[in-house]
Amino acid sequence: MADIFDSYTTADAWDEMFERPGVVRPAYAAVFDALSPLDSIELRYRTDQMARAFTDRGVTYSYGGEERPFPLDLVPRLLDAVEWDRLSRGVRQRVLALEAFLADAYGRQRVFEDGVVPYRLLYSSPHFHRAAHGIEPPNGVRIHVSGIDLVRDEEGRFRVLEDNVRVPSGVSYVIENRRVMTRTFPALFAEQPVRPVDEYPQRLLAALKACAPEGVTDPVVAVLTPGVANAAYFEHALLARLMGVQLVEGRDLVCSGNRVRMRTTRGETPVHVIYRRLDDDFLDPLHFRPDSLIGVPGIMAAAHAGNVTLANAVGNGIADDKLLYTYVPDLIRYYLAEEPLLPNVETIRPEEPGRLEEVLDQLDRLVLKPVDGAGGKGIVIGPRAERDALDRLAKQVAADPRGWIAQRPVALSTSPTLSRRTDGQDGLAPRHIDLRPFAVHDGSDVWLVPGGLTRVALGEGNLIVNSSQGGGSKDTWVLAPSAPPARSADERSAAVSEVIPRQFGPGAASTPGGPAQEEAQQQ
Amino acid sequence: MITTDTMLSRIAESLFWLGRYVERADDTARILDAYLHRLLEDPWSDEDAACRSLHAILGVAVPTEQHCDMDSVLARLAFDAASPGSIEGALTAARQNALTARDVVSTEMWETLNSTWHQLAEHRRAARRTGPHAYLGLVRRRAALFFGLADSTMSRDDGWRFVVLGRSLERVDMIARLLAVRVLAAVHAPDWPTLLSASGAEEAFVRARGAGSDPGEVAAFLLLDRGFPRSVLHALSAAEECLAELGGGTPALRRPEPVRLAVGRMRTRLEYLDSAELEQLPALLGELQLACGEATRAVAERYFPYDGPIEWSHQSATREGV
Repeated sequence: MADIFDSYTTADAWDEMFERPGVVRPAYAAVFDALSPLDSIELRYRTDQMARAFTDRGVTYSYGGEERPFPLDLVPRLLDAVEWDRLSRGVRQRVLALEAFLADAYGRQRVFEDGVVPYRLLYSSPHFHRAAHGIEPPNGVRIHVSGIDLVRDEEGRFRVLEDNVRVPSGVSYVIENRRVMTRTFPALFAEQPVRPVDEYPQRLLAALKACAPEGVTDPVVAVLTPGVANAAYFEHALLARLMGVQLVEGRDLVCSGNRVRMRTTRGETPVHVIYRRLDDDFLDPLHFRPDSLIGVPGIMAAAHAGNVTLANAVGNGIADDKLLYTYVPDLIRYYLAEEPLLPNVETIRPEEPGRLEEVLDQLDRLVLKPVDGAGGKGIVIGPRAERDALDRLAKQVAADPRGWIAQRPVALSTSPTLSRRTDGQDGLAPRHIDLRPFAVHDGSDVWLVPGGLTRVALGEGNLIVNSSQGGGSKDTWVLAPSAPPARSADERSAAVSEVIPRQFGPGAASTPGGPAQEEAQQQ
Repeated sequence: MITTDTMLSRIAESLFWLGRYVERADDTARILDAYLHRLLEDPWSDEDAACRSLHAILGVAVPTEQHCDMDSVLARLAFDAASPGSIEGALTAARQNALTARDVVSTEMWETLNSTWHQLAEHRRAARRTGPHAYLGLVRRRAALFFGLADSTMSRDDGWRFVVLGRSLERVDMIARLLAVRVLAAVHAPDWPTLLSASGAEEAFVRARGAGSDPGEVAAFLLLDRGFPRSVLHALSAAEECLAELGGGTPALRRPEPVRLAVGRMRTRLEYLDSAELEQLPALLGELQLACGEATRAVAERYFPYDGPIEWSHQSATREGV
């Protein structure tokens, strides 16, 4: 076995690359062969190169006021074609069930009448917006873009950790990771067909155009950003640039007569579809937070009048609340009459009669999550928490059972990741990862960008992968089924027959002093 | 004092080819970068076929029985200093021309070119180890720096016009080559997005037409867009302007000089092209290639009449001295 993997020991979790120490999973054979001959100095060198490329391109996040490149680990995460197919069907199913739930919750509310989900869940959700009631999306889509977070458990089975159907971010890293990986580590891609990810902007634009208000034949799409200070501004700019649409801030938009226009040097011009990367609360100071300076007063009225479509829809927060998460398997059965393809992580709802005590009794063996948290904030991992932290938690949960869910701690799968060992040397060590596939819904199909974002917790044993908690990422490969057969030499020569020679002037090595317009044949 | 309205033919020729060769290095680097990375990103691509079409674009014939892969592409089209169709060959030739016209070329321009040329070997070695991206990036950046310095340190005299004329004609030639391979050998040719990034036009195109617009529009954009500086029409207009102003310009009522014929005719042809003609792309591209060759010949005849043997012996003498 080669040096760089010599000292690699698997942790107490499913390892993505090794079946057991020394035995590589088949999908990883080519990556293993490409990495094995390299030493840790070489790996560090390439990693630094990737970091520099990210810094140059502005793929950074701010950390204590300093701009840092988003850490990219050079060992990719692989999914074979069969696994990806299963996984993407599961995500698709989940998105469709959540779409159905949202349409129902903001419509006839059958699901509550039928007792599948309790009414109180809806009314106690801070994301259930009266303002969203009565907005009928033109093509029935509310979840134009979603990021369903998945983890692989100890048995190697993918489970859903949480749903993100408001403003999921991270797809820019999928695009940038692939770009920088092919450029700093081309040899890694040479032996293996990997499905490209660059179709995303095109798919997104198509989905945004598909949800334009009725009667608009050539819709104007814009990306609405909170501004350059936002952590995901890089992503907003990238998507606008790759889709060829305007990147607008709230102050660029004006609403009058229930229509939205942008201020341009040629006057005010209409906007029909807004891919907004602002939370509901900030969107319209007339309806939500009156102190929001980054929103657009009147935009909700325009949406109500059906003159502008907001993507994702306002009020989606009721569907990715962590309490609703526990009901999603039931929603899939209820709306689609199918069995869930991707299971949840086993979860207890403390708000249900009798369950609170059960949770409080075994706090040190559970993971507690605030139902409304994002970015890994507020999560308490029982087995690792201090006694007094658990005591504090017990009080909080007892005071607000609706605000928490309790889950079995899942040992997230691990992937070899370049890290500094205790002896100060660089080496590959197992680090926990998750997966966020991105799905785009255009009304007729839910399309997934092949792979998605694999986040990695860089600290040893760390289970929280969010970038705000010191996480990094990995390029995620979906292996293509197989390449088409090579063409015959005859076909080749038929296709590329005519070669037009170049023109040369003075100074060229092979044409010493030849006439300027000499058309030399070169070999 | 040297008056700026006279210029040695030999110097004029060097400046013309200086512009062409630096542009050639730039365009070649863009094309290789776009192609090679597309190959890596597209699992279904046929490496041999794609590398063959790359050779075809850049005017190098490869025997059918010879295998063709990324390494051989880089060896022939990037690192071969003996071939002026490769990046190193083009930069070597550009440097030779800058040396010839050293008294006209500004010191900043010369140093940019010269230092780049000296750094190539080191970057070539690094490229063999970690891939060509950094090497190709260096070439692109230095070409941009070179033309940027030309823009800000050269007087707008005939010397400047010859540089821009050379650059513009090379640009036309490159786009015509890219499109020709795409249109004539569609099976192996690059997809339209690759073609766009090879021309540095991805973002300009997407802004003008929107993501995922009809690929057929890419050809129209690269040929006919009035605003994009790497479109054929834009480059032809730039070349025509230079030709109109060379040697003090032609008085408005006089018939334009014959040297303008090929470029002017092609420019107006594209300017008033109707969409039906875009369907006959191969024929149009053929005309374009002919016009490029003709324009180069006309410029040479008019401004640097060539007197065979003497020039030849002179050149080889200097070559030995180098």
